[in-house]
Amino acid sequence: MQITFTLNHKKVTAEIAADTVLLDLVRSLGCKSVKRGCETANCGLCTVFLDEKPVLSCSVLAARVNGRSVTTLEGLQEEAAEFGAFIADQGAEQCGFCNPGFIMNALALFRENPDPGEDEIKEYLAGNLCRCSGYEGQLRGILNFLAWKKGKEAAQ
Amino acid sequence: MKTVNQSMRKKDAMQLVTGQPVYMDDVIPQDCLIVKLLRSPHANAIVQEIDTSRALLVPGIEAIYTWKDVDQQGRRYTQAGQTYPEPSPYDRLVIDRHVRFAGDVVAILAGKDEKCVDKAMKLIKVQYEVLPAVLDYHTALDNPVLVHPEENWESLAPVGADNKRNLCAHDESGAGDIEAVLAGCDVVIDHTYHTRACQQAMMETFRTYCSIDAYGRLNVLSSTQIVFHCRRILANALHIPKSMIRVAKPRIGGGFGAKQTSVCEVYPAFVTWKTKKPSKIIFSRYESQIASTPRHEMELHVRLGATKDGIVRGIDLYTLSNTGAYGEHGPTTVGLSGHKSIPLYGKAEAFRFVSDVVYTNHMSAGAYRGYGATQGLFAVESAVNELADKLGIDPFVIRQRNIVHEGDVMPAYYGQVNTSCALDRCLQAVHDNIGWDEKYPVRDMGNGKVRAVGMGMAMQGSGITSVDVGSASLKINDDGFYTLSIGAADMGTGCDTILAQIAAEVLDCPLDNVTVLGADTDSSPYDSGSYASSTTYVTGKAVEQCAEQLKQKICQVGAGLLGLDERAVVFAGDAVTSEDGTQRATLAQIAAASQCGSNTALEAVVTHSSEISPPPFMVGAAEVEVDLETGEAQVIRYEAAVDCGTPVNPNLARVQAEGGILQGIGMALTENVTYDDRGMPQENSLMQYKIPARNDIGHIHVVFESSYEGTGPFGAKSIGEVVINTPLPAVADAIYHATHKRFYELPITREQIALAGQ
Repeated sequence: MQITFTLNHKKVTAEIAADTVLLDLVRSLGCKSVKRGCETANCGLCTVFLDEKPVLSCSVLAARVNGRSVTTLEGLQEEAAEFGAFIADQGAEQCGFCNPGFIMNALALFRENPDPGEDEIKEYLAGNLCRCSGYEGQLRGILNFLAWKKGKEAAQ
Repeated sequence: MKTVNQSMRKKDAMQLVTGQPVYMDDVIPQDCLIVKLLRSPHANAIVQEIDTSRALLVPGIEAIYTWKDVDQQGRRYTQAGQTYPEPSPYDRLVIDRHVRFAGDVVAILAGKDEKCVDKAMKLIKVQYEVLPAVLDYHTALDNPVLVHPEENWESLAPVGADNKRNLCAHDESGAGDIEAVLAGCDVVIDHTYHTRACQQAMMETFRTYCSIDAYGRLNVLSSTQIVFHCRRILANALHIPKSMIRVAKPRIGGGFGAKQTSVCEVYPAFVTWKTKKPSKIIFSRYESQIASTPRHEMELHVRLGATKDGIVRGIDLYTLSNTGAYGEHGPTTVGLSGHKSIPLYGKAEAFRFVSDVVYTNHMSAGAYRGYGATQGLFAVESAVNELADKLGIDPFVIRQRNIVHEGDVMPAYYGQVNTSCALDRCLQAVHDNIGWDEKYPVRDMGNGKVRAVGMGMAMQGSGITSVDVGSASLKINDDGFYTLSIGAADMGTGCDTILAQIAAEVLDCPLDNVTVLGADTDSSPYDSGSYASSTTYVTGKAVEQCAEQLKQKICQVGAGLLGLDERAVVFAGDAVTSEDGTQRATLAQIAAASQCGSNTALEAVVTHSSEISPPPFMVGAAEVEVDLETGEAQVIRYEAAVDCGTPVNPNLARVQAEGGILQGIGMALTENVTYDDRGMPQENSLMQYKIPARNDIGHIHVVFESSYEGTGPFGAKSIGEVVINTPLPAVADAIYHATHKRFYELPITREQIALAGQ
């Protein structure tokens, strides 16, 4: 079947099978940041935005995005670099394979709740697994980023 | 120091956080053959009949290979990434008619897309002769059922292996009269401990891409820690010359030892070599859980004797290790269970360490961060915690009375001298940082919950003594920037960056002036690979020496340009100058001179191996909150102090420690591996195999108490593995303090704690 949707602010038409999942579709369209880490919707690596809300693209049928808007990290490069720099400053990106999904979901958190507490951060990102970092460096990066953003906004 | 001991960003960090396509499946052509494996449902069986005729008719199927396509009498091979001659036995064929675990390979399928391969897989008809299986490793030795009855089984190294006894390795070592010492002890702790075959569970599953290059050679792009060993493994498996194979690695999505074994490479290599068409294999998470290379399940019988003052006088350890159906890393992991636990106790008068490694019809075990030391330290440290409790001595105090010190000879550590050690400072730091005296042993929080503490110590090695080889080559390019070539594999740890930091320190230049290339068997200088905590210590030393050599060569060319004697110039980082600094040849001028009418290669290659393996040391303490009714246990705080010598990059060393600690906590509390009565692993997804999520942990805090290791680069030892070890005994002892019940088996599940609380 044919679907048309917006991928990273561009209209795209794609020929898909009925059982194609969004994860495989966006990867085939060049969005290689989207990763698969499991088959059971446990790891969070494949997180993308569907109409600005984070979803696991392994669990969304591609057919369902017809007429809707999908954003991957490829479409959020400036935001990713701005926040990611704080993760990099902790060395907490490590192998990097979980980073795109984790960063997508972190950006979603910041949009929903610009001033989250530690528990809210852990709760919101609980579905984004990381085997390298022990999460502590990611948390330091997030807190530093939020403090920097607050300082920047206060100065404006 | 300007660059070493500085927390620099990883050179690839911004590419990773912005999601650039740098991993295997991101960089290869999309239209390659998809390779998948038909796996045995039986733990031990012979393939009687296999009919692929209908499967081959599926449109898009390129080839299906079975045991009939593999010489069953040919030489066997091992998938273990180890220096030749490998201690691991040659016990595999690419496809063996005799399948030895539920998940063993029965057929290799290749087709144009996943759908046709999946469809064809269902159409293959297999008749098995199902054999009785060895599923309890206690019964493996001399069992009438042999996992490897075949005559072409081969052991290349003297590790005491005998396939006709299901024995993959046997060893005995000791010093002093252990029986006499234990007989004279005031107290002897005597228990058996059990650890499971935990999975590394790196986020990127096993994967490899193969193609044929312009010279007709097999090109392999794999997510591997061991490019050079992988080349040998593929040559042995396919029976083709090593000269026809090139192995390179892209960015790797985590390894932790899993990718020190060539788990998946042989299958697409087989397909591409036969068809001459590009192909790839990507293991599902399911396959990575049921047919991979997890930690060796071990049972450890400890007898630990001490005086009534808590001085440990003797340790007797027997380790039984389950290597599963194939012997990858079997003979070597087991050694660490004794040799990297017993030496912590510097006052012991005697030790004995005996081990058996047995074959069973479980999936093959392999290398996982800690490599046997993790299991041994759980047993020995738990025994010492029990000793402390029995004698009414504080666990920190009993360690202070016993620990090995700098300068001590360590009989159980191959007789090596402890060349650098800050274990005493690590003890003090953790004791103070966690507020031990206020929290030990347990506090009732008044809400049905208690908070208890426990601690443990750890050591590891830094590379394999007189075996591991690290190499570096450095050259200067236009404008004076450097290229560092390595054969070590950055698997996310940041070794590209820290090795460049070492080069930049010697060459007195900004980190950005050193680009890193690695690892590729065609272009990298030989390196054993990234495992055994060797990269910083062994390869790092090669980089340091290599940079020194290049500096000399640059000075020679610079002196020539200045018309001065070589001994009359100094290296100033961005230039070579006369001693008084008045005459300068910039690096850019020197590099340009080396590229015009030059007869001098401004390039250096250094290979390094170490005759010692200086242990890094660590102390960790866990504060665990336990709900005595529900059995829920959460580590709310973990304090650790690490002596890894000089941390080359403190940020990266810290994250190594934090990540390793959480893996250890997972092993202590939730990461379980159980088999059903047919030999099928039960925890076959991330749903059942529970690696910690971020809301499962409170805070992890790490400090460095650095000794200075004179033989390491700028005083460095290793960090990668030691960090996983302390949580096992620490969490277990905290749970004892919470529940007053001792657990000798990991993981300590919620159900077990709840039952203990009743």
